[in-house]
Amino acid sequence: MALLEITNLSFQAGTAKLLDGLCLSIEAAEVHALLGTNGTGKSTLAYLIAGCEGYRPTGGTILFDGQSIQTLKIHERAQLGITMAWQEPVRFEGISVAQYLTLKNKDPEPAPFLEMVGLDPGRYLTRMVDRSLSGGERKRIELASILALRPKLAIFDEPDSGIDMLSINDIINVINACKENGSAVLLITHREEIALIADQASQICRGRIVCSGSPEKVAAYYKSRQCAACAVEGCGDDCP
Amino acid sequence: MTALDQLMQAFGNAGGDRAVLADSATAHLVADGHTILSAREIEGVEVEAQATASGISAKVRVRQGVRLKNPVHLCFGVLHKRGSQNISMDVRLEKNAAASFIAHCIFPGAEQVIHTMDAVIDIGEGAEMRYSETHFHGRHGGVEAIPKAVVSVGKNGRYLGEFNLITGRVGRLAIDYAVQAEENGVVELTARVFGHGRDSIVITEKVVLAGENSRGLIKTRVAIEDEASAEITGITEGNAAGARGHVDCLEIVKDRAVASAIPVVRVTNPLAKVTHEAAIGSVDKRQLETLMMHGLSPEEAVDVIVKGILR
Ligand SMILES: Nc1ncnc2c1ncn2[C@@H]1O[C@H](COP(=O)(O)OP(=O)(O)O)[C@@H](O)[C@H]1O
Ligand SMILES: [Mg+2]
Repeated sequence: MALLEITNLSFQAGTAKLLDGLCLSIEAAEVHALLGTNGTGKSTLAYLIAGCEGYRPTGGTILFDGQSIQTLKIHERAQLGITMAWQEPVRFEGISVAQYLTLKNKDPEPAPFLEMVGLDPGRYLTRMVDRSLSGGERKRIELASILALRPKLAIFDEPDSGIDMLSINDIINVINACKENGSAVLLITHREEIALIADQASQICRGRIVCSGSPEKVAAYYKSRQCAACAVEGCGDDCP
Repeated sequence: MTALDQLMQAFGNAGGDRAVLADSATAHLVADGHTILSAREIEGVEVEAQATASGISAKVRVRQGVRLKNPVHLCFGVLHKRGSQNISMDVRLEKNAAASFIAHCIFPGAEQVIHTMDAVIDIGEGAEMRYSETHFHGRHGGVEAIPKAVVSVGKNGRYLGEFNLITGRVGRLAIDYAVQAEENGVVELTARVFGHGRDSIVITEKVVLAGENSRGLIKTRVAIEDEASAEITGITEGNAAGARGHVDCLEIVKDRAVASAIPVVRVTNPLAKVTHEAAIGSVDKRQLETLMMHGLSPEEAVDVIVKGILR
């Protein structure tokens, strides 16, 4: 059984069907890229897996390690080993980087995790995780904090997007560090070149997986824009 | 134990450094109620304190050009369960002087204590004063504290004031500070208060940017729980070209506590600019969810966030 097994997952907010019968499975220690253009439901899926408030499936199942996690709160899922880095990480007043990286049962020695995301511990450990950090610095610190957690499943929501985006090399370093930790990764992106660093990939369109398999195959399909450009229901059915 | 020993013990418990009283290079003033227990002047700093019919009257002068290495320590308290303490302070930093003040106001066993402070602070041209005041009101909520200050900051002067009351109960607190800054003057007022039980917190801080290119920041961080209440008014006036002011108020509200924030910004010169931001409510949901994703329970997460904003 896969580490994460999502079957026929649906999520509706008001009248909008944001996820519609989505299936996805991720093995332990697998890096899985989720490719999709804007507004296709990538973040929604991440919030459903992480258990964010207001995100309960309207249909389907999410199993983690064989257990249904649908009724668990965020921190209970975190304790099982699921964690997520937001696309736009929040700022905290009065919390230092050192404190942030050692919150709760994390590694007591935070410096190596900063190095893994390209930040000098000497310069950053005493900084605050507040508005004084640039967007890129804040994102790196978020990724470092996820590494320090050594989760079974790390969800990265578009680590390569935003004003101060991280380079593909930064992301490769983080993914490698996750692999060393034995963490599985759900790597959410809208750039096919990022998907190529994964072990497996899936393309999402209108709340469904329309193509999955090797990153090369999915990236090529995504790049061809056959699906994202089409307006036909079930556009992914002819996925090669 | 003498009153001084007792007060010093409470001072130590409240985070004060007891060794400073013995240090001949550090100016200080210590009073219990209306009794002056200890005072020291040092080169360049005059400390004059006397008990009057209505309370304590104290004067501190930092002489022209004197830049103090050690902070001036002020320790005021009431050791008894009941009592009052009325202090009138007159602080003057002469031209180009620089000094830090560390004040502790401690009422460790207070059940019914009134503490009033009327301060007049004059910062001369090019002078710089840092004033950090920490209160400890004990566990009973029996203190009524009314600190008032009128501060004038001369040309190129700086005043950085800080007020902290984050341990124990507040009781009733009514802060009223008014600061006026002249040309190139800089003012920063920061207040951090944590209220519990039926504590009542009223903070009014006003910064008048009277001189060209003067700068002001009023920053307030309040957390309240149980049935506590907080009413925070931050007023900034920009009355001269190049004046820049900002009011930044954040209040976290739990349980049945009630908070309000009233930022008032007024500009009388078109080349001045004053901005404000106020956020009141429960803990930010995204902050909470982020910490929960790191494995903290909702209660632990709220605790970390509240401690952070009060730090
Ligand atoms: N709570 C919500 N209620 C209604 N619509 C939503 C909600 N959250 C997201 N959406 C919409 O659902 C679609 C998918 O959103 P999202 O998952 O954030 O997309 P992505 O991350 O792929 O860019 C978007 O059109 C978005 O505007
Ligand atoms: Mg998104």
